[in-house]
Amino acid sequence: MTMIEAIRDAHMLAMESDDSVVVFGEDVGFFGGVFRCTQGLQSRFGPTRCFDTPVNEAAIVGAAIGMAANGMRPCVEIQFADYMYPAYDQIVSEAARLRYRSAGDFTAPLTIRMPVGGGIFGGQTHSQSPEALFTQVAGLKTVIPSNPYDAKGLLLSAIEDDDPVIFLEPKRLYNGPFDGHHDRPVTPWSAHELSDVPSEYYTIPLGSAAIRRAGSAVTVLTYGTMVYVALAAVAECAIDAEVIDLRSLVPLDLETIIKSVEKTGRCVVVHEATLTSGFGAELCALVQKHCFYALEAPIERVTGYDTPYPHAQEWTYFPSPERIGLALQQTMAG
Amino acid sequence: MGVFLKMLTNEAEVATPLTLAVPASTCRPGDTPDFSDMVISEPGVVRRPEVTESAQDMHELATELIRVLDDKGNAVGPWAPVIDTAMLVKGLTSMMVTREFDRRMFLAQRQAKTSFFMQSTGEEAISTGFRFAMRDDDMNFPTYRQQSLLIAGGYPLELMMSQIYSNSHDPLRGRQLPGLYSSKDTGFFTLSGNVATQFLQAVGWAMASAIKGSDSVTAAWIGDGSSAESDFFSAMLMASSFQAPVILNLINNQWAISTSQSVVRGQAATFAVRGHGFGLPSLRVDGNDFLAVYAVASWAVERARRNLGPTFIEWVTYRVGAHSSSDDPSAYRPKSEAAAWPLGDPIERLKRHLIASGAWTEDQHADLEGKVKEQVRLAQAVAEEWGTLKSGPGPSPRDIFEDVYADVPEHLQRQRREAGL
Ligand SMILES: Cc1ncc(C[n+]2csc(CCOP(=O)(O)OP(=O)(O)O)c2C)c(N)n1
Ligand SMILES: [Mg+2]
Repeated sequence: MTMIEAIRDAHMLAMESDDSVVVFGEDVGFFGGVFRCTQGLQSRFGPTRCFDTPVNEAAIVGAAIGMAANGMRPCVEIQFADYMYPAYDQIVSEAARLRYRSAGDFTAPLTIRMPVGGGIFGGQTHSQSPEALFTQVAGLKTVIPSNPYDAKGLLLSAIEDDDPVIFLEPKRLYNGPFDGHHDRPVTPWSAHELSDVPSEYYTIPLGSAAIRRAGSAVTVLTYGTMVYVALAAVAECAIDAEVIDLRSLVPLDLETIIKSVEKTGRCVVVHEATLTSGFGAELCALVQKHCFYALEAPIERVTGYDTPYPHAQEWTYFPSPERIGLALQQTMAG
Repeated sequence: MGVFLKMLTNEAEVATPLTLAVPASTCRPGDTPDFSDMVISEPGVVRRPEVTESAQDMHELATELIRVLDDKGNAVGPWAPVIDTAMLVKGLTSMMVTREFDRRMFLAQRQAKTSFFMQSTGEEAISTGFRFAMRDDDMNFPTYRQQSLLIAGGYPLELMMSQIYSNSHDPLRGRQLPGLYSSKDTGFFTLSGNVATQFLQAVGWAMASAIKGSDSVTAAWIGDGSSAESDFFSAMLMASSFQAPVILNLINNQWAISTSQSVVRGQAATFAVRGHGFGLPSLRVDGNDFLAVYAVASWAVERARRNLGPTFIEWVTYRVGAHSSSDDPSAYRPKSEAAAWPLGDPIERLKRHLIASGAWTEDQHADLEGKVKEQVRLAQAVAEEWGTLKSGPGPSPRDIFEDVYADVPEHLQRQRREAGL
């Protein structure tokens, strides 16, 4: 299965097993979404379970919150993460705080899916990685799968979850793992073991990281598309790195992180989002706090630059295997 | 009181369960295209009020359809503008240039010379006619489907193409998605890509013009689909409250990617009637009728310029092409729908008018077609010498660090150094 098919499959199973799951957003009903992640849901479950909304992200999330509070489990799509800003007030001031301010009287068990990340020449409005805008908000969970198997299991967990979950889908991974070598032929998912997705219902708990490559020299903390770019960098500079795919940023699997850095004594953090106040800053703070005495070198960060996402210069901006390789070498030398 | 409450309770007990009314798009593949429920007034019959008339007295203009050109190409009725032949030929030429430009750039995307493109095929009359009713010092806040505003405004095709190719002459230095132009000198505000945000900024720009006591006016633009965004309503509100010198234009081309305009319109008869709640003069116009476009645009621009306040206009047209180069509309609408569109093609209709009025011949038209094709071909050749997205010279990678702030701050200088740039 591709990541798109796995996400579709998760929707199917969630809707089958729970009548309260409803799916909506821009172009998600008849058309099945611009990335086709909801294709077939409307014809299978009918238009009251899966439908198109007007182009209004605030309306999509605001209505989903109302529905969620009233016993439904909406799983809504924002067409691109870059278009979630009109809904941000609803997400931050409402979805995230309903439980807290009503002392549990009202809750918002909803999932908000959105494609994130670059690598598709989408320019500044189809490439952003706004995860830190969610992880900073108390009351939200933020999840980001990197492969079809995880996408399905994590999405089912997100929908089951009794709190609002932001579900970020690295769009460059929809049709295949992408290692940052944009000038090489694309690899399809079928060639990757994590495209082997069981047909039955299964969940992956939120807050569990996965070690994609075990190693002893340095720990690489990353997520989303950067998992493959980091793996490529590690292979190319022949450093015995341990690559950890966080999968879920809040809740965070701190235990796996600590265990790894205690072992390696070195750490490199990689994400596509901008550097300043990015989620990498949180990771650095946690690692220095918990692994201070194990660290043998300063923690390195490889991220997008602190500029809007460019169009033509995409491959200058996108953290490349080379850049990650340099950081790895620097950490090893430190 | 107790009895009354009890009655209510009893009533609730016998009521049928509620159901959700989910709006459906009107016409899907396999369906027969049907525009019969669309109100289409006869050409020439809709009244033309004075620009000073109060909004309350012209409510019917929001449910009628202002049209000037009849089927034979005659300009009829009170909206028929006084416009000389030279101007009409200029309008025709400009629309034809847009169409050829779109055709070539769409093809260029298919040839991988750029990443993305959006055509405006079938909608050329609106932005062309409107631009002709504006002055060069007026401002537009366009959507991504309004290349005609630039072309009619005399902006060089080579530079538009350079932006599309993100090449060495791209005025936006490779930063923007193809088609998201910017040209202050041509009255074209920088395009964001997030829909609807700029509809509201246009009102602010117009408010500033009023505060400064200038006499330039502003045109805001939005699509039927994007008019669902909260920013649309905020703009209508601000324009209404502050009587800003702005023309609020909604282009109803029937589709928002795969979602038909009916989903957004909901139970309103037309988009234009939305203006009534804000007390705005609200007009619904045949957007494929160049003369109607020019006439109504001139009327609304005059209102704004004379400080008579904002006007809301729904331009009715049809998106003939795909939403974008990434889209295949055959998955969600019948292929035959464009042919069934009742308001025809704007270029054909203006050509028919010119011929009917004796000012134009088929030969002249064929000649013009050849010239237009040559003009666009030459512009493309020049632009391609300056590079395409995939080959030739491009903007510098260094450019990404500039214009984030007025000066490159220390932390970006550091990042640029680390990038080896
Ligand atoms: C805030 C925001 N939400 C969603 C999108 C994605 N999107 C781009 S165009 C579009 C449809 C707009 O339709 P319409 O306003 O009718 O304009 P048209 O394409 O027909 O010209 C959508 C949903 C976006 N660009 N910005
Ligand atoms: Mg539209």
